[in-house]
Amino acid sequence: MSHGQHYSERFCHQRLPEKPVGMESQHKHLLELLRRTAVHGESNSVLIVGPRGSGKTMLLNCVLRELLEVKDVNKNVLPVHLNGLLQTDDRIALKEITRQLNLENVVGDKVFGSFAENLAFLLEALKKGDRSSSRPVLFILDEFDLFAHHKNQTLLYNLLDVSQSAQAPVAVIGLTCRLDVLELLEKRVKSRFSHRQIHLLSSLSFIQYLDNVRSQLSLPQDFPDTKFYDEWNDSIKVRHFSSYPQLVDVLQRHYNSSKDFRSLHLLLMLALSRVSASKPAIKPTDLLEASRVCMVDSKANILHGLSILELCLIIAMKHLNDIYEGEPFNFQMVHNEFKKFLQRKSHSIHNFDKPVVMKAFEHLQQLELIKSMDSSTAKIQKEYQLMKLLLDHSQIMEALQKYPQCPTDVKQWAMSAFG
Amino acid sequence: MVRYFTRLRVRRIYKWGGRPYIFDRKLKSYGFEYLNMSVEGQEAVTTVTPGQYILIEGNDDEYPFVAKLLKFFGDESHKQKKALVQWFLRLSEVPQNKKLLLGRSPHPQEIFYYLGRACDNEINAESILGTVHVQHVPEDTPFPEPGTKDTLYVKLSWDTKAFNVLDPVLMQDTPASTPPKPALPLFPPCASPTATPVSRGPVRRALPTPDPTVMRRAGSVSDTRATMSAGKRSTLEAESIHSASKLSASKILSAKRRGSAADTPGVRKKLQLSIGASPGKKMTRADVLCELLDEEMESEKVISLKLSSSVSHSLQHGCSLSPMRSVCKTPNGQRRFPWKLSSISLDRLSPTALGEQDFSRATTPSRRKESAMAIREPALGVLAEEDSEDSPMQPIALTPRSKRKSAQLVSLRIRKQLNLLDNTQELISDGDDDCFVPSKKDLQSSSDEEKTVSEEETRGRNCKTSVRTPHKTPSKKVCMAVGGFCGACVICFYRNLLDNTQKLFSDGDDDCFVPSMKALQSSTDEEKSEEETVVRKTRGRNGKTSARTPCKTPSKKVTPSTPRHATPSIPSRTVPARQPGNILDEARARLHVSSVPESLPCREQEFQDIYNFVESKVMDGTGGCMYISGVPGTGKTATIHEVIRCLQHASDMDEIPTFRFIEINGMKMTDPHQAYVQILQKLTDQKVTADHAAALLEKRFSNPAPKKETTVLLVDELDLLWTRKQNVMYNLFDWPTRRHARLVVLTIANTMDLPERIMINRVASRLGLTRMSFQPYSFKQLQQIITSRLNKVKAFEEDALQLVSRKVAALSGDARRCLDICRRATEICEHSASHPSSTGLVRMSHVMEALDEMFSSSYITAIGCASLQEQLFLRAVIAEFRRLGLEEATFQQVFVQHRALSRVEGLQPISVSEGLAVCQRLGACRLLLLEASRLDMLQRVRLNVSQDDVLYALKAVRD
Repeated sequence: MSHGQHYSERFCHQRLPEKPVGMESQHKHLLELLRRTAVHGESNSVLIVGPRGSGKTMLLNCVLRELLEVKDVNKNVLPVHLNGLLQTDDRIALKEITRQLNLENVVGDKVFGSFAENLAFLLEALKKGDRSSSRPVLFILDEFDLFAHHKNQTLLYNLLDVSQSAQAPVAVIGLTCRLDVLELLEKRVKSRFSHRQIHLLSSLSFIQYLDNVRSQLSLPQDFPDTKFYDEWNDSIKVRHFSSYPQLVDVLQRHYNSSKDFRSLHLLLMLALSRVSASKPAIKPTDLLEASRVCMVDSKANILHGLSILELCLIIAMKHLNDIYEGEPFNFQMVHNEFKKFLQRKSHSIHNFDKPVVMKAFEHLQQLELIKSMDSSTAKIQKEYQLMKLLLDHSQIMEALQKYPQCPTDVKQWAMSAFG
Repeated sequence: MVRYFTRLRVRRIYKWGGRPYIFDRKLKSYGFEYLNMSVEGQEAVTTVTPGQYILIEGNDDEYPFVAKLLKFFGDESHKQKKALVQWFLRLSEVPQNKKLLLGRSPHPQEIFYYLGRACDNEINAESILGTVHVQHVPEDTPFPEPGTKDTLYVKLSWDTKAFNVLDPVLMQDTPASTPPKPALPLFPPCASPTATPVSRGPVRRALPTPDPTVMRRAGSVSDTRATMSAGKRSTLEAESIHSASKLSASKILSAKRRGSAADTPGVRKKLQLSIGASPGKKMTRADVLCELLDEEMESEKVISLKLSSSVSHSLQHGCSLSPMRSVCKTPNGQRRFPWKLSSISLDRLSPTALGEQDFSRATTPSRRKESAMAIREPALGVLAEEDSEDSPMQPIALTPRSKRKSAQLVSLRIRKQLNLLDNTQELISDGDDDCFVPSKKDLQSSSDEEKTVSEEETRGRNCKTSVRTPHKTPSKKVCMAVGGFCGACVICFYRNLLDNTQKLFSDGDDDCFVPSMKALQSSTDEEKSEEETVVRKTRGRNGKTSARTPCKTPSKKVTPSTPRHATPSIPSRTVPARQPGNILDEARARLHVSSVPESLPCREQEFQDIYNFVESKVMDGTGGCMYISGVPGTGKTATIHEVIRCLQHASDMDEIPTFRFIEINGMKMTDPHQAYVQILQKLTDQKVTADHAAALLEKRFSNPAPKKETTVLLVDELDLLWTRKQNVMYNLFDWPTRRHARLVVLTIANTMDLPERIMINRVASRLGLTRMSFQPYSFKQLQQIITSRLNKVKAFEEDALQLVSRKVAALSGDARRCLDICRRATEICEHSASHPSSTGLVRMSHVMEALDEMFSSSYITAIGCASLQEQLFLRAVIAEFRRLGLEEATFQQVFVQHRALSRVEGLQPISVSEGLAVCQRLGACRLLLLEASRLDMLQRVRLNVSQDDVLYALKAVRD
């Protein structure tokens, strides 16, 4: 396996890490809980809560992997994976559960029966089971909060009700990033939930963060080519890092922005993709370049691609915003502002026909640099529709600085205080 | 069982057959020998004779009632046609709550011998649909493997309280034992001698030897005499008691349909047979006996007469199959009194009973094989048979085609070869059929050849009687003639018997036996070959069905249309669940909400109120509604379940009438109208659409029906049954007010004023004012609940418990919450158990930790753990709010603040894209509430936490 493949698997989350970093207690808690369900047949319900990219799914998958390695458990649990984004209502969710449990009303991949029948069938199946003899079912509900939006929360009520009554042993594991998820649950549903929550909130310090970057970048011990292994791991040693204060700055900035692994992986992936056969080691400059790509402002990028006319319209809008303190404007106002500029200050830009200006205005709208404020667009003439600019001053100024061959009079107009 | 095409409404015509005899002079009722059934417009006539198993029209077209016909009678006009039957129950007729008592999954064709007294055993003969085949399966034997559709199996009896092992004597087939036989429920309901199944099994099949058992039997007979009158009384009692009975159901339903079963040749044959077998002389004698019996019920003498009369009747109809085997073995013989006596007499008459008494078993072709084995190795015969009974391979399963064909020949050959051995060993080995021995001896000594023939014949006939093949008639006739002749002997013999004269007993036995045997043999010789073919045919038929059934099962899985019949079940685990190991595990298991506590503390008053309400309704047979409200986790459903458990116990104890408990839950259905479907399904196992179910339930609850027990319906989460028209709720509350409904509806919801809030007047009015409200638990109650659940498992410190209960009581009073916290505390305790200081008990600190985990808001921690930019953004939000004096700002405004703040903090300002990403992350956690992200910079931002909390959290981070 090449190191490229190794890293792509690591950074694109195709392979689970050996063990989850920085969440040992949560790991232990969850493993213990699921083990009790699997071995003792104790029903449980738990929510894993943490911000996006904090490793909820990774933790759960690590725990499941570990759980299934236990001999007794291996053949004894039935995991059912559901995702709130896929199973958007209870009907679909029930079919999916039934299919994954492979109950008797499933033939091949098809689930027979109506919604009501499926529900009754599943409940009957779960009711018939008992703690000691039936296989524990692990219901894993990804995006748990979305299930709470289903009608009557029927599915949640029933799953949690099973977990609180002497039926087939189940563990209901919800994954969500919403801290207020319990408030979404209806009072009956909430009462049946065990209120066990595992929070994944990383309190990683910058030093630990740097260590993580290093460990994420280093090749594993069992890498076959030992010479390359040594060279590579040597190239990412501490001294290389600390000798580049710029690099530390960049990483600090990333750390300040977000501590989660997903954004770090994105950065490292970009840096790593600059490594080639001719340049077999990762250099600090690669990381700097990657960081620049990551941090770049998307809107400023779009502004670079605009025509001079469109840019002028944007500047006109900026002035209107300044004058009217952010009140919405319409095409006519922008056009007037633009004409004033043409009459008074412009040397390089000629007059444009109104339809041409209108076309440029519409293009800006399509790019979503400006946005219509009215919901009912049909009634009002295009020229008089109220618009708002979705750009910040700083973005406009930055774009102007970088705009290739921008006429100086336009630049000056942009920087002048009032039109 | 024969298929009935229920759509085909045919008119059946019922006619008495045979000569009427006066059955009861006072009541002017006549007995009849058989009933001819025919369908209008068709020629075929079906004859039903007493002793046959019949299907009786009932509520359920697919599963008509099953009973054994005991006798026919009618009034002078011959218009009224009645029949006396012994009921059998299907499992579906057993009350729902008692089904579990069976302790195993029922066989689809299984029925139960009814020993209860609640059902009237007198039915309208015109409700008979046809005949059916019933086979007795001994207790320890599995059901015949590929159960043919047409045969029902009896294994257990049901006395309205428990399933008991069915005394095989009860199932002895006495097809023609007609009028004077007392109706069945002579036995006290709890007649289940535990010893019987074990002791009886082998004995039944054993061959006779003269033994001390004679004495024993004589003793038992004398016992029975004493209890006879008591038994009779109980019958009368039972008759007077009968309240709602199957009979009335069939009375109401006038039989208009006709089973195609009626055409089976067997039945027609039966008809001929009984015609031939009822010469006038015998009839009159029987009548006389009957009269005697009726007039002098109490006297011993009459008892004997009665016995003999029953015997004589059996003789007339030539059923010589009843065994006597169990007589001597039964520990409490008196319970089986009438059967025993008749069977004794019959045994005397026929050699055929030898080892073949089990009539129903004889119907299976492989029975032949078994008996062949028994004869081949008489000493081991008992053992061998036991083996075959124990083994899962059942007789029918033993009949692949090849086996069937060869079995007969082989057995015959073996038997011939071992005949000599037979003669001697049978005598030694086979225990208790003592009365047989002399005759047997005679027979055997006379000629081996003859014996083989007779045995063969016997078996053949056994098979035949069950399948009712036409070739039976001649031999039967002979047998009957002999029987008639013997009758007189038997009568006097029984007199002697009742006098406990042991000597006479055996003498009488000889007297009556030998001639009959001889006659039988002489007549049957010619028939032998004929019969063999018949038997083979029978087997062929059986074999076919059994061969067809197995391939049906796998195909179920292949065809995609079958999941309708799928059974809902979760696969069972390969390794059994481990039991709790230490004391904390134990405590945790006990504290799980799902564990059913021994008692429900703190709800005594509510319990009593609900109990009284439901009990009074069940007792009166009326209906009513009750509305129960309370916040979640206050034990509403648990209390009702407890009430139902107690009531069911009471009904088991016969303190209150039986009732049916049905539970539906508004949350467990997809649509309010599904409530109908679920109720109907739980009541009758029918699956129909919601509209149809509503109609059926409407009918069920508004029409008077026999044998209707009170239904207790628990409607949980009532508020979810709300529809715009409220017709579901309306119906639920309207049905109990119907006169014949006998429906008690208990409804549960969370809000106290639900009826006022969501119900329209006519619904609320029907719900009535029987309301009850469950208050949230106080801390003392919660403490009591935990203590009672723990039940002396010492896992918690007293203070810790108090803390939990006080905390929960202050917050919600939800018992579930309380138990969950305690469970979590045990876990925390376990994890910290590695500390040497810990005592193994759950202490305050553990409970505190658990409480913190569950109740403390995670926002503060989340803010503390957020990245620097996120924290900065929150500060910017607050700063902007203060500037605006509003609790809302656009991202653009906040971002200006953010940029300023980052300059103050000495941080490199971030781009708008990054700022938006930070904002979105905070929004995903719901620390911020955001508008839709398509608004980009213009989306408005609001805090989801109080400003103070944010500032507190941020301050904590900085310090």
